[in-house]
Amino acid sequence: MSRVGLIRLAVVVAFVALLELATRAGWISSYSLIPPSQMAVAAVQILLAGRMLDDILLTLQNVAAAFVLAVVVGFFGGVLLHQAPRLRRAVDPLLASYYAVPVFIFYPLMIVIFGLNAWPLIIIGFLFAVAAMVVNTLDGFDRIPRVFFKVARVQRLSWTAEVFQVTLPAAAPYLFNGAKLCVAYAFIGVIAGEFILAGAGMGYEIAFAYNNFDNRTMYGLMLLLLVFVTTVNMSLYAWEQRLQRRRGGR
Amino acid sequence: MATATTSLPAGAGRQARDTLLVLLGLIVLWQLLHWLAGSVALASPWASVVRLGELLGRASFYPNLAETALAFGQALVISLLGGLAIGVALGANRLAGAVADPILVALYSIPKVTLYPLILLFFGLGMEAKVAFGAIHGIIPVIIFTMNAVRHIRPVYLRSARVMRLGPLETARTILVPACIPEIVSGFRIGFALTILGTLIGELFASQRGLGFLLMKAMHSNDTPTILAIALLLFAFASLCSWGLLALDRRLHRRT
Repeated sequence: MSRVGLIRLAVVVAFVALLELATRAGWISSYSLIPPSQMAVAAVQILLAGRMLDDILLTLQNVAAAFVLAVVVGFFGGVLLHQAPRLRRAVDPLLASYYAVPVFIFYPLMIVIFGLNAWPLIIIGFLFAVAAMVVNTLDGFDRIPRVFFKVARVQRLSWTAEVFQVTLPAAAPYLFNGAKLCVAYAFIGVIAGEFILAGAGMGYEIAFAYNNFDNRTMYGLMLLLLVFVTTVNMSLYAWEQRLQRRRGGR
Repeated sequence: MATATTSLPAGAGRQARDTLLVLLGLIVLWQLLHWLAGSVALASPWASVVRLGELLGRASFYPNLAETALAFGQALVISLLGGLAIGVALGANRLAGAVADPILVALYSIPKVTLYPLILLFFGLGMEAKVAFGAIHGIIPVIIFTMNAVRHIRPVYLRSARVMRLGPLETARTILVPACIPEIVSGFRIGFALTILGTLIGELFASQRGLGFLLMKAMHSNDTPTILAIALLLFAFASLCSWGLLALDRRLHRRT
C-alpha cells in the first residue's frame, strides 16, 4: 500500500479508536452513541439472527431497482437533452434547483397512484437519483474535447464505433460519477420513504429501534447500511479504475 | 462551463421564454396527473396556488417560515465558510489533500438521512438539530470543490506567493481563494441546494415548527394542497437563488 493509503488508513482507524475511547470513558453518553465495537457486534448479530433479513433484502431490492431505473433513464435523458441544446438551456435552471425540494414529500401521492406496494418507494428513489445522472451525463458529454470527434471523422468511424470507442469512454469518468451519486440518492430516497411510512425495510426498522430506545439495533442497522453503500461505491470505483488502466490511463 | 455560449440579450430572452415554456409544460402535466389521480391524491395547480396565497395571508405561517429561514441561514453560513476554510486548508497541503479526497467522496455519498437518529440524540429536537442536519449535507460538496480547485492551482501562483513571503493566511486570502473562485462558486451551488434539502429533512423528522414540520403535518393528514403549496414556495425560492448563482457561475467561468 502506498504511503498516502497508509496515512489514510491510520486517520480512519484513529477516528474510530477515538470514538471507542470517548464512548467507553463516558465522555459521550451511551444513550447518544454506543462504542463502534458494539455497533459491529450488533450488526453481525443482526445478520446472523436473520430476524431482519427480509427487511434488509427488501430495502436493497428497492434501492437496486431505483438505481437501475435512474441510471438508464438519466443517461438517455441526458443524451436527449445534449442533442437539443435549446431545450437544455431551458431546463438547466430547473435541474439546478431540483434537489432543493425533498422529493419524498410526494410519497403519499405515489402511494395513491401506485398502491401500497414496493413501487412508491422505488419511484421516490428513482426521482431522487435521476437528476444527478442527467446532470453528470450532460457534463460528461460537454467535457469531451472536440478534437476527439474530428479524429473519429478522419478515421471514418461508423456511428456505433464512434459512440463506443470515442464518446462513451471519453465521458466515462462523469458517467461513473453520476452512477455513484445515484447509489447515494437512491438510498436516501428509499430510506427516507421508509422512515416516513412503511411497514418493513431497514429505514422502518431503524425508526422503530429509535422510538424504542434500542440503540444497539439502531446503530447496528445504521452501520450495516453504511457498509452496503460504501461497498457498492467502492466496487464502482474499482471497476472505473480498472477500465481506465486498461485504456492506458487518462 | 461549455454551456455558456450565448449571452446576447436576444439569446437570454429566448432562453427565459423557453424556460417559461418548459414550466408551462410541467404545469399542464401536473393538471393532467390531477385529472388522472383525482384531487384526493394530487391537488390541481390552481388549488395549490390558492392555498399558497392563503398560507401567505395567515399570520401563523410567518413564524414557521422564519424558523426555517433562520435554520437554513445558519446551516448555509456553516456550510459555505466552514467548507471554504477546510477545503483551502486541505487543498494547500498536497499530502492532506491526497489523504482526504477518497474519505470525503465516501462521506459525500453516504445517505446522511440515515444519521438522523444520531443527530437527534446529540442535539435534541429543535434548532440545533436542523442546523446540524443542513450543515452536514451542505459542507462536504463545498469542501470537495474547493479542495480540488486549490490542489490543481497553477504552480506559478504558489511560487509567487513564496517569492513575496506571504504567510499561510495571506496566501489563502490573496491568492488561493481568488484563483479558485469559479470552482468555489460551483461548489456553493451544490452546497446551497443540499443545505436546503438537509435543513428540510431535519425539520421533517425533528421539529415542532418550520416549513418541514408543516409539510409533515400536511402529509399525515393528506392535505395535498398544502404539501404542493409549500413545495411550490420552496421550488420558487431555490430556483431564484440557483438562477442567480448559475449566472454568476457562468460569468466567472467565462472570465478565466
